[in-house]
Amino acid sequence: MSEITSQSLFELTSNIKEKKLSSGEITKAFIDRAEKSKKLNVYVTDNFEKAIDQSKKFDSNPNFDLKLPGIPIAVKDLFCTNGVRTTAGSKILNNFVPTYESTVTQNLWSQGAILLGKLNCDEFAMGSSNETSFFGNVQNPVGENLVPGGSSGGSSAAVAANLTPVTIGTDTGGSIRQPASFTGTVGLKPTYGSCSRYGIVAFASSLDQAGPMTKNVRDCSMLLEVISSFDQKDSTSIDYKRNSYSKELSKDIKGKKIGIPKEYRVDNMPEEIEQLWKNGISYAKDCGAEIIDISLPHTNYALPTYYIVAPAEASSNLARYDGVKYGFRSPGQNLIEMYEKTRSEGFGDEVKRRIMIGTYVLSSGYYDAYYLKAQKVRQLIKKDFDDAFSKVDAILTPSTPSSAFKIGEKTNDPVSMYLNDIFTVPINLAGLPGISIPAGKDKNNYPLGLQVIGKPFDEQNILNISYALEDKINFKNDISDWWLSE
Amino acid sequence: MSIDLKTVKHISKLARISIDDEKANKLKGDLNNIFEFIEKLNELNTDKVQALTSIAETTLRFRKDEIKSENIREKILKNSPEENKDFFVVPKVVE
Repeated sequence: MSEITSQSLFELTSNIKEKKLSSGEITKAFIDRAEKSKKLNVYVTDNFEKAIDQSKKFDSNPNFDLKLPGIPIAVKDLFCTNGVRTTAGSKILNNFVPTYESTVTQNLWSQGAILLGKLNCDEFAMGSSNETSFFGNVQNPVGENLVPGGSSGGSSAAVAANLTPVTIGTDTGGSIRQPASFTGTVGLKPTYGSCSRYGIVAFASSLDQAGPMTKNVRDCSMLLEVISSFDQKDSTSIDYKRNSYSKELSKDIKGKKIGIPKEYRVDNMPEEIEQLWKNGISYAKDCGAEIIDISLPHTNYALPTYYIVAPAEASSNLARYDGVKYGFRSPGQNLIEMYEKTRSEGFGDEVKRRIMIGTYVLSSGYYDAYYLKAQKVRQLIKKDFDDAFSKVDAILTPSTPSSAFKIGEKTNDPVSMYLNDIFTVPINLAGLPGISIPAGKDKNNYPLGLQVIGKPFDEQNILNISYALEDKINFKNDISDWWLSE
Repeated sequence: MSIDLKTVKHISKLARISIDDEKANKLKGDLNNIFEFIEKLNELNTDKVQALTSIAETTLRFRKDEIKSENIREKILKNSPEENKDFFVVPKVVE
């Protein structure tokens, strides 16, 4: 048997069910490794003591019918966890301890999983490098002083570094898929409405979705099966029959039509990514898929649209942080001064920048020029995909226009940071499911990902295509454990 | 179009975020760069396009209007920045 922490979710659940491993052994192994991995800074808050207790409790009365029997899991610190501090990577929620549980995390615990702790992320999920977190940078286990991507950077690093078997992140414009690509892991953003948003700290409500981040595609299907559910508590949750994603997982993609959008060939894209894409196309052909050239003509307008819609929604969502009912408060002479000081001291620079953009585009006299315009262009972007999906079953693209970059490299130029999400943002705007799988490496030996985009509610199809490609690609992350301390 | 310092100060007031002059100047530069990037949308004629208002294309569900949670006062007040067993405390509002 391989080392506990390097096992996949599938292996761990099998070993628990066959009584080769106990929940206590597994939980302790991940905690021991975390204690030696502080340099990566993946945890904002750990739940180690309670996790040990819960694992013992599971072992004394195990239920092997559950889908995550006694499996310890760390989650992004954007999910409210009852009784465990939830910060969203922000000073303004530094002392916030929820009195309720998010639906997706509740789904994990209901299937037997145990909370290991809360993982670092960009402040309010606004960032592509985990550098906007109040709790500091996260190191990418792939190499020292590399960003792990963002906003689910603590999550991607934790999976890649074997600090949690799997995790869940959130994705508003690429925050699951981009960090997965940067760390050589798998990340899936489900169709809007698949996973409940109840209890997730809101960023941009028409775009936010929770999703699995895992070592491989099979684990991804197992976790999606647990977290995806209809929820009365989320008014945009959609009631439809969800697949048994792991049971129906298949490498047979013969005859599937896969679209290749020419607009995803951008200027200055490294040659390795072009090559990676070509390899992906030829692997898909080898599996019997049919490759079809398609056009998504409004791709170049997706990022500008996103940078109106997302900040506008964020400025509304973040209006609640006023120092009155919860979170950080800075005292003031009067109520207004208290609000202004609380928000000025409580939010970091990127969050303030986005609130300012959002406030501006929604302000009197500018609404039509910006917000309404963006909502119209969003319609055109969605229509591009509708048209494409009348011809193809899925779309294959690179996940990101580059591999992981150095910490500090892009922090002074917001627009260059935003360009990271050029291939992922359109999928959120159109509400579609998308998955990033590791597909190769660049000249520095840093991982690169490919993205498979599907029709709404067609997660099974993109999982199957990814499963087939994963087998052909045979990616090995070979991370050296350089950060481990005694 | 460019955003001047006065506009930055005005937006910060609307957003209830106090900023000093140095930060305001920095933000002015950032916002202008970002809006320059956003202006790309003006290349498109969208006169005949209907704005997308909901991605999920579902109508909101109705539910019975009934009380489901009782005795949650303590829970709600638990994270209150200033302690008081019955109310949220804020600076004096009415003279």
